[in-house]
Amino acid sequence: MNQLLVVSASPHIHTSRTTSKCMWNVVIALIPALLCAFYYFGIGAVIVTAASVTGCVVTEFLITRYMLGRESSIANGSAILTGLLLACNLPSNLPVWIVLIGAVVAIGIGKMSFGGLGCNIFNPALVGRVFLLISFPAQMTTWPLPSVNTWNYADATTGATILGSLKLGEINVSDIDILDKLTGMAGGSLGEVGSIALIIGFVYLLVTKVISWHIPVSIIATVGLFSWSIGASPVIEILSGGLLLGAIFMATDYVTSPMCHRGMILYGVMIGIITVVIRQWGAYPEGMSFAILIMNGFTPLINKYIKPRRFGERSVAK
Amino acid sequence: MKLRTFTIGGIHPAENKLTASSPIIGMELPREAVIPFAQHIGAPAACLLKKGDTVRRGDLIASASGFVSANVHSPISGTVAKIDKGTTAAGYRTDTITIVASDADHEADSASVSIPAQILRNEAQLEALTPEEIVAIVHEAGIVGLGGATFPTKVKLSPPPGMTADILIINAVECEPFLTNDHALMLEAPTEIISGVRMLMKAAKVDKAVIAIEANKPDAIALLTDVAAKIDGRIEVMPLKVKYPQGGEKQLIEAVTGREVPSGALPIAAGAIVQNVATAYAVWRAAALGEPLIDRVITVTGPELRKPGNYRVALGTPLRMLIEMAGGIPENTGKVILGGPMMGKAIVKLDAPTMKGVSGLLILPMEQARRPKTEPCIRCGECVTACPMGLEPYLIATLSRFSRWEDAEAEKIMNCIECGSCSFACPSSRPILDFIRLGKSTVGAAIRARAQQPNK
Amino acid sequence: MNSILISIIVLGGTGILCAAILYFVARRFYVEEDPRIALVEELLPGANCGGCGCSGCHDFACACVSATTLDGLNCPGAGEEAMRKIGEIVGLASVASKPMVAVLRCNGSCENRPVTSVYDGAGTCAIMNSVYAGTTDCSYGCIAFGDCVSACRFGALQIDPETKLPVIDEDKCTACGICVKACPRHLIELRAKGPRGLRVWVACANRDRGAMAMKECKAACIGCGKCKKECQFEAITVEDNLAYIDYNKCRLCKKCVDTCPTKAIHSANFPVKRPAKTVEENKESTGA
Repeated sequence: MNQLLVVSASPHIHTSRTTSKCMWNVVIALIPALLCAFYYFGIGAVIVTAASVTGCVVTEFLITRYMLGRESSIANGSAILTGLLLACNLPSNLPVWIVLIGAVVAIGIGKMSFGGLGCNIFNPALVGRVFLLISFPAQMTTWPLPSVNTWNYADATTGATILGSLKLGEINVSDIDILDKLTGMAGGSLGEVGSIALIIGFVYLLVTKVISWHIPVSIIATVGLFSWSIGASPVIEILSGGLLLGAIFMATDYVTSPMCHRGMILYGVMIGIITVVIRQWGAYPEGMSFAILIMNGFTPLINKYIKPRRFGERSVAK
Repeated sequence: MKLRTFTIGGIHPAENKLTASSPIIGMELPREAVIPFAQHIGAPAACLLKKGDTVRRGDLIASASGFVSANVHSPISGTVAKIDKGTTAAGYRTDTITIVASDADHEADSASVSIPAQILRNEAQLEALTPEEIVAIVHEAGIVGLGGATFPTKVKLSPPPGMTADILIINAVECEPFLTNDHALMLEAPTEIISGVRMLMKAAKVDKAVIAIEANKPDAIALLTDVAAKIDGRIEVMPLKVKYPQGGEKQLIEAVTGREVPSGALPIAAGAIVQNVATAYAVWRAAALGEPLIDRVITVTGPELRKPGNYRVALGTPLRMLIEMAGGIPENTGKVILGGPMMGKAIVKLDAPTMKGVSGLLILPMEQARRPKTEPCIRCGECVTACPMGLEPYLIATLSRFSRWEDAEAEKIMNCIECGSCSFACPSSRPILDFIRLGKSTVGAAIRARAQQPNK
Repeated sequence: MNSILISIIVLGGTGILCAAILYFVARRFYVEEDPRIALVEELLPGANCGGCGCSGCHDFACACVSATTLDGLNCPGAGEEAMRKIGEIVGLASVASKPMVAVLRCNGSCENRPVTSVYDGAGTCAIMNSVYAGTTDCSYGCIAFGDCVSACRFGALQIDPETKLPVIDEDKCTACGICVKACPRHLIELRAKGPRGLRVWVACANRDRGAMAMKECKAACIGCGKCKKECQFEAITVEDNLAYIDYNKCRLCKKCVDTCPTKAIHSANFPVKRPAKTVEENKESTGA
């Protein structure tokens, strides 16, 4: 034996999970949804996704390297993931320059200004998306119709989303074909179409234990129950808009969601309630991103007051 | 049937029980034994000998000094060569006594070890022992908790006034990866263990005992169930679902009885006394053979070790001898650990002696010796999910890192059992437990200081 | 027009109402404080180092104002001049205190102490000290993660990149003692600064027997007692194989420094005697 012995405090073994493995697993879980988007929206979806990912990665690289003088943190995959999630929240005919602005805001303001990975309060991809929604409302709410514009990017045929049409009273609940919603035959952002693809991703994340069931299930259950109790169609509400995407991929973001399971359930229930409230009574047809951002803001408070069940709390006698 | 286990948190590290089917091999006695006086929790034992004295194997060399303390006996016959500062495996100085055996002593000892020991008390005589006599035997023999905590067994058998136990739990869980010393012992000496358990039951004045074994040792479960049924119907063998840290005292009580020990209380508050299976065996040895605690079974293991195995080792044997026995230290050794990989201590001094609390010696190659690179906390909550005490490790680690001791205390930092599940589970490989330990020692000192000045 | 007027009235009214409430609450709950406390506090460094024994600068100021004598009340951070001014403010004579300075009782630099293991854990002295004896065989010596450096509120400590030992800047050191508490191995001692900063101390805390100590560190005190024999003022005691110089008895003759076989006794601020000693002096100043 020639080397010096290494000494550290216990434990001496470590899980094989790493931060970057978690990130890459989420990326893998997004692949079905992205393929679905590429299939329905064609070249536009590819361009938006590529622009968003490139924008996020380059922004993070420039900031870590030249503004913070740190080692670049791109390899952990979090910037790529933010880029993909941002793309999933954008319509496929969005001009590239708008996408890039969104990417810079998402990484620059949403993440790096707080100190980088692990320090941000709000979900970076949603910060980017909401910034664009407020800054470019027209471009952000014209949705290309799926399957009809596969090779058309700039001047695609557009239409409103189902939630938008419902809100304006243009269509009735009975006009909507659930099967279409499941397979993605409906207008919307890239990642919103293809509910089945999103659910496949959800199952993958659960199996690889990247996320726990608490947040998605509590959001979906709350939206279902709440919309049923006020007379809306639970199935349409759950399958429409960004709800599944948000519940599975956005709300479960590690950094901005609560730490313990009790907190996660409260967080999920509140997101569900706020989403339905915005959809039913708010100005916007879709409220998922706002609901998640609002609850992101409450996450530190939830962490402070909602504690896990401590050992020894249960009474001794049995 | 659904196996029982504890309810909060827990992790599943790779088991790596390389020596699961190895029999116990008796190890040669050392020519020179170095015996520290502080081998247990509590006050170090007081030395009874001086330089030049001769001792026989099993003679008392230092006696318990105080209620929480334990006797220390000589593992070999020989002459006291020196009473001096020695080095612990961690490199610190401690008071030790060195006993050197002459050739004649060594041969006589070796001969007496190789033949079956003489029975001091037969079955009937063991049966006739009173609880007080058993506690006295345990005390005389210097028996301490052999699971690693080394808490004097006598103290556990003497509950504070007003508290009574109704169940004795024998910890044969062995949830630490790599270690198989308890497993090997159960396969080797089931009758003796059951006899020891019966004595512990009598001493603790309980009518029920549960031997808790994780389901990954089906042979031991079957054997002990069989033997227990034949000897004493009050002893139940309970298989538990494999999950770390099942062997933690509080977790084990909850797994077996469903009762939770309240925060800050002793296990007796939940009506349970927990003893390690090796302790039960040591009690049998002390009562039936009259042999004090001078040796124990140790797993010497490691992925690159040539002859990993379970060895019966005389206390005071240099750790280096154990490694030599197991095929010598591998070229690529990066870390040597006393105990298992989850709670064991990494050591630097291989010439340090074997002590009562050493359950295993784990040798890890260089690739596994280093911790992975620390990355920023991504607040994934894995540590919270893993914590078996329902704490928030990320929070208390950060609080103690920034010296916010009062806040850490309010977040129940003192409840931490230092099992290491949080640091194990952290995908960013942050030194969570390092900081929690720091906080625990600081907060613990503050609490003791407060207790001494009640007016302030 | 009307709507503008309404909004001005509503908002203005709310503002005036809130201001009124704030005013009355502030009046009702006003806590009268001795104005001298603020004056005293202004003279204090505001580092809340705890060197005075109070829990912070404000507490110290309160203690000064309510004290009947300033004996025992001394802010090491503020200095003598400030203490004199505080005495004027509270109308008491300030008691001159002996200026003190922190010194490191270890000279286990990289070249003196061979490294025998690698530590791979959280980088603070307190944590490593609880894990094991350290990366060298000396279980008494400096760990050099700089718990003292991060504890110091005056920027008086930093780790020398070459020796890997903390260096105390005696001009900045106020002898508040926070580093003394921060060091898990109690290697920092507050000693009399001495006339013109002249002082002599044993830069080692190793209590092992001579032969063992020497193996662990070339600069260790081996407890040989030569210094004790040399000292004419009985300032040196040797206990547990470790020499200690009582700074109240030491007359700064420096004989012990020259006689120490391992150069474990250090001196500071003495003029260079011979050119041959420069190397030694350099080492001493880094150890200071």
